[in-house]
Amino acid sequence: MDYLLTDEQKMIKDLAHKIAEEKIRPAAAKYDVSEEYPWDVLKVMAESDMFGLFIPEEYGGLGTNVMNLCLATEEFSRACGGIAVCYAASALGTFPIVLFGNDEQKKKYLPDLASGKKVAAFAITEPEAGSDASGIKTVAKKEGDYYILNGLKHFITNGGDAETYVVVAMTDKTKGARGASAFIVEKGTPGFTFGKKEDKFGIRASSTRELIFTDCKIPAKNLLSKEGMGFIVTMRTFDMSRPGVAAQALGIAQGALELAVKYVRQRVQFGKPISSFQGIQWMLADMATEVEAARGLVYSTARMVDAGKKDVSKESAMAKMFASDVAMKVSVDALQLFGGYGYMKDYPIEKYVRDAKITQIYEGTNQVQRNIIALQLIKELSKS
Amino acid sequence: MNIIVCIKQVPETTEVRINPETNTLIREGVKSIINPFDMYAIEEAIRLKERFGGKITIVTMGPPQAEAALREAISMGADEGYLVGDRAFAGSDTWATSYTLAGAIKKIGVYDLIICGKQASDGDTAQVGPGISTHLNIPQVTYVKKVEEATDKSMRVERMLEEGYEIIETPLPALLTVVKEINEPRIPSLKGLMRAKSAKIIVWGQKDLNLDPQQIGLCGSPTQVVKIFTPTQRAGGQILKGEPAEIAKELVSLIKDEVN
Repeated sequence: MDYLLTDEQKMIKDLAHKIAEEKIRPAAAKYDVSEEYPWDVLKVMAESDMFGLFIPEEYGGLGTNVMNLCLATEEFSRACGGIAVCYAASALGTFPIVLFGNDEQKKKYLPDLASGKKVAAFAITEPEAGSDASGIKTVAKKEGDYYILNGLKHFITNGGDAETYVVVAMTDKTKGARGASAFIVEKGTPGFTFGKKEDKFGIRASSTRELIFTDCKIPAKNLLSKEGMGFIVTMRTFDMSRPGVAAQALGIAQGALELAVKYVRQRVQFGKPISSFQGIQWMLADMATEVEAARGLVYSTARMVDAGKKDVSKESAMAKMFASDVAMKVSVDALQLFGGYGYMKDYPIEKYVRDAKITQIYEGTNQVQRNIIALQLIKELSKS
Repeated sequence: MNIIVCIKQVPETTEVRINPETNTLIREGVKSIINPFDMYAIEEAIRLKERFGGKITIVTMGPPQAEAALREAISMGADEGYLVGDRAFAGSDTWATSYTLAGAIKKIGVYDLIICGKQASDGDTAQVGPGISTHLNIPQVTYVKKVEEATDKSMRVERMLEEGYEIIETPLPALLTVVKEINEPRIPSLKGLMRAKSAKIIVWGQKDLNLDPQQIGLCGSPTQVVKIFTPTQRAGGQILKGEPAEIAKELVSLIKDEVN
């Protein structure tokens, strides 16, 4: 389908495609096995200005543009969902600073993130605070010009490899959700260490670690916005970043579909390529239609965000939920089309199934996305 | 250091299909790319510029669509591009091409170094680079795999041979042709692509260069393509086994049989 991309968007998509085919795809299996952080690939993305796509021009980027971020993430994810998420998670860690940072904070942190010299991460999840973010136990206590952080974050993408972290901690436990605040924490701050690296089912090129804060003293000027704004920062950040997760899912689905089409044209059974059988063709037709529907939803949402629409929670949630469900279904069907070969690690398709699964879980499980959609829907209908 | 890089636009050979009836290349729909060996020349120029500063000028001879090759080189980091194109240059062989490119380089004037790929993937002659240096009367070092040292007056390079390498020091200006071992060409940046999109490409024809009409185009080309054919496949050889003395005897008798 023609999405009438501008020349600039086409340029970004083509360049991301080139990086994906020349640098990401050849490295995907290696990093899936080794679980090393793919610094060499990220360096290519950085030198190609890809990290500037979500950062304003005055801070060294090419302008914060969610559609551009989605186009790049989709292309990267076609080749490897794991390497792509290292990139997309840096956007997630950067958005809070772009959205809520003051000029001093932006000047200090954004140029290095725009150039890709440093990678960012966003930390809200804790062992007892997943979908229920009000369960956050990490605390930040103000002492003079500092905050003292204590607590544990886990499942943090880019944890340990990122230099710049945005961490959500409670500044006033009595206020519940309104007692949370967001802070910028630099790697290397005394009292800030890393726990175990998770051994994951998929997206294994990306790192997922615990962040441990033990009397970690951070300057008070590292507070983003005001005390008590932690959840607003988080929600607004997710509104911006969910289209990116949706684009990751979309890319995984597209990549799996392409591999499946290629395979069924080569695989011969009963004397014919299996692509000539109607049962196979119907599966492909459904897969392609679902991928295209997901793309329409993702791009439309990204364009809404870029147009400055205030309330995009429902659309962002829809895009993330739908695209990730499609990624799961399409990758499983693609593996089915590969038959027994698809189940073997010698073929690239099983990795797509493993990489797809997380997109239904992180940045809000798809059940939570449905809550958001329903809540917003009822609110809108009750107004009219 | 001011560097001139000469490049050629060629058909993407990895995608070439053959017409089974005529045994000729199907040119329709085949993408044009920068000659892969020239990509290493562009990359090396950018690396030298990053070390020593200066300017990179890209020159190509070809039809109007070769402008895309110049823009791609600019997106990687080159500063400006010249398209040497004119109907009068059509049919040029390596002599006429190197004479014409040398004419363009003379007009550009100021340079310390010229870099070319070792050969083009379509013609495979490896003659144009050396030809340019001859027309310009400057030293040439072919098959360069590494630039060891460089100053504004001289350069020390490693030249790849079939077995090992030579270290050659040359005064500048000089012309190098480079092999793929020298570097890994970079992927362009978005900022580079945007700059390339709006870069002005200068087009020079015969009138601008004022070249000897007897030495350009088809009439300036001593090479004549008489016939193009696919070499017949050689039959598989025969491997003799056993003690060396026995093999030698058997070999001599086989040769005798062949002669008789």
